[in-house]
Amino acid sequence: MSFLDYAPAPESTSVLNLKKQYGLFINGEFVDGRGDGFATISPATEKHIAQIATATDADVDDAVRAARRAYDTVWSTMSGSDRGKYLFRIARLVQERARELAVAESLDNGKPIKESRDVDVPLVAAWFFYYAGWADKLDHAGLGANPRSLGVAGQVIPWNFPLLMLAWKIAPALAAGNTVVLKPAETTPLTALIFAEILQQAELPAGVVNIVTGAGATGRALVAHPGIDKVAFTGSTAVGREIARTIAGTSKRVTLELGGKAANIVFDDAPIDEAVEGIVNGIFFNQGHVCCAGSRLLVQESIHDEVIERLKRRMSTLRVGDPLDKNTDVGAINSREQLDRIRALSDQGEAEGAERWSPDCELPTDGFWFKPTIFTGVSTSDTIAREEIFGPVLSVLTFRTPAEAIAKANNTPYGLSAGIWSDKGSRILAVADKLRAGVIWANTFNKFDPSSPFGGYKESGYGREGGKHGLGAYLATAASGTSLPSSIAPSVPAELSAPAELSAPAEPATPAEPTAAEPTAAEPASTTETTTAPNGAAE
Amino acid sequence: MSRLTVPKTYKLYIGGKFPRSESGRTYEVRAADGGFLANAAKASRKDARDAVVAARAALSGWSGATAYNRGQVLYRIAELLEGRRAQFIDEIVHVEGVSPAEAAAQVDAAIDRWVWYAGWADKYQQVTGNANPVSGPYFNLSVAEPTGVVAVIAPQQNSLIGLVGVVAPALVAGNTVVVVASEAAPLSAISLAEVLATSDVPGGVVNILTGSPAEMAPWLAGHADVNAIDLTGATELDWVDLEIAAAETLKRVLRPAGGVDAAAPALERITWLTETKTVWHTKALI
Repeated sequence: MSFLDYAPAPESTSVLNLKKQYGLFINGEFVDGRGDGFATISPATEKHIAQIATATDADVDDAVRAARRAYDTVWSTMSGSDRGKYLFRIARLVQERARELAVAESLDNGKPIKESRDVDVPLVAAWFFYYAGWADKLDHAGLGANPRSLGVAGQVIPWNFPLLMLAWKIAPALAAGNTVVLKPAETTPLTALIFAEILQQAELPAGVVNIVTGAGATGRALVAHPGIDKVAFTGSTAVGREIARTIAGTSKRVTLELGGKAANIVFDDAPIDEAVEGIVNGIFFNQGHVCCAGSRLLVQESIHDEVIERLKRRMSTLRVGDPLDKNTDVGAINSREQLDRIRALSDQGEAEGAERWSPDCELPTDGFWFKPTIFTGVSTSDTIAREEIFGPVLSVLTFRTPAEAIAKANNTPYGLSAGIWSDKGSRILAVADKLRAGVIWANTFNKFDPSSPFGGYKESGYGREGGKHGLGAYLATAASGTSLPSSIAPSVPAELSAPAELSAPAEPATPAEPTAAEPTAAEPASTTETTTAPNGAAE
Repeated sequence: MSRLTVPKTYKLYIGGKFPRSESGRTYEVRAADGGFLANAAKASRKDARDAVVAARAALSGWSGATAYNRGQVLYRIAELLEGRRAQFIDEIVHVEGVSPAEAAAQVDAAIDRWVWYAGWADKYQQVTGNANPVSGPYFNLSVAEPTGVVAVIAPQQNSLIGLVGVVAPALVAGNTVVVVASEAAPLSAISLAEVLATSDVPGGVVNILTGSPAEMAPWLAGHADVNAIDLTGATELDWVDLEIAAAETLKRVLRPAGGVDAAAPALERITWLTETKTVWHTKALI
């Protein structure tokens, strides 16, 4: 028996109290959807979990109307301190039901329980806790006195961090005084629906948050609905483009958190064992279903062989299997469709000449699985060096000088994140300056925190989520209309604007605040008070 | 006895040089009363693409300059504009048909606008960025950086202050600019190019095109090497199609705005052309 052969240590599912079927959450109640429902399954076993409703255009319309009514009659007139108290309640309820949410998340998504338990759910609570405190302090958000909420936010989130992305979207929206219609991803609706029960326990006024389940058509109906003032989306760049086209010519504000192809740059003076942990965390955390994943390893040529050898040794210790087992490092791929895509791109990587390697590991027979995989000898023009794979697949490239590393790192239409490993602080800061990416991790990777803005440059989207910047994405300056002239809104205090020399208080051509980012993985920076210590992922 | 004047040939401003349009085309600029004033270059889509190439080439140097340096360069523009105040007033009186007093007010506002934005260069990051108190042993800082190459459709009215109002804020953070000037009143745009060329602004940082915004805007909106497009002056264009074209590469879009001073001075004008970069750095556990 090798040291890897641990006895099974499955987390119990007895903490779950799931319903056989879930309706839509509209105006504070669960209602039947008008569309044909669908089943949500466990990607680890392909077993049925629950029947989920599909929201039609009419259902979406109901939800938007409920959100508008709640905005007009309750939420926009409530004091900031009371809004904040509801958010604090929600944060506490998430903490109290943390184990249940973690189990449900791993069951529905396929991610290891140690990640959902130690990363996703603690961050969800932290996100609500952080933005709860902002609700009665909006004058200090950097937008001048009395910034205004936008109205109804339509939010569409992905399947990689289902509940965490919900928190990234809902917490700042509610703190700023907006109401919400949110559509979870069709393969991972479960925790959003349990969250709706939490909202009932918190006695959040009806209609402030509405959750509509369904596939792409439901999301399109929501984004295109004329009653929406703000669109927030996390997902693929292709869908992000479609949304940008859809809202063209409207007064809707938008933040987009899209794809990435992050470079993780390892210099020859880096502490190699730490770097290897960071590489593993960067690409195998959450099965690589992370938009900011470090999917391109750029390693300095002089240490390439040593890094790859140690990386392979480390990968051989990764335990792939049952997401609910507390010893599991790498769980199931979220869907058959995603598995097919990962397989196709990996096969293409081989066909284009890169060398493929995976550790020996037995995969379960049922469910969707893919071994942690690295490709060496990858060139910059290879498909696997350019396209987002969104799976546990790492492409390894080399460089000789910092300038070459920077050029290769920036050689992508994406610009979400990057990593730098070096012992030399001055080099880290200089390289960080030159990288065109919204989040840079130096000697760490895949860290997330509610106070830290997240989001991309270029085709990784626009706007930021998290921190003061993320709050600004849901506010307008007092002087401007809620329908700002731009899809981008800079966060700036109105009083900072200079007086117009030419008189004429013309329509402020000024955008509203900085936006844009992409949601993804999450590893809590550290512990938050009262929550389980984070630190689930490998780093 | 009268002296025969020497009229100026108005050309484009690309990469720090003054080329004619590669198309060889010109169009007549007429005074408010209909009289002939000048032949201006009618830039083609290829001129627009050349301008984007020049702007991209200049980006690294301009965005890499210190904020203090960028502020001084922008202030220097105001100094040189002040020295040529009479020329700009004269051009605006003829092209826009306004009184000398109104033209003077516009030129003065343009000069002051450069001064106001020059002062922001080494301050806007302090106002918009912040340290983030993350839960862990990390130094975490968010700072604004320039978005990159910015295409601009300048306001059609108030040709000088309109142009300065959209170009100056883009330069503050270190972006480089390709701007399509007022179609009917392009003279002060090209005269401003002469100011830029003789100040300390590196070639390619500002590129000025004259001609038809309707003809050039679609090429700029769809150009893959343009990072943002400011449609402030596109009120008369089919700007919804421009925004749709811009979506292809997820360009940042500033929608059109009307009004006397369509591009009123505001910090937002600087910050909307920036990207927030957040850097996490580990701290030792001691």
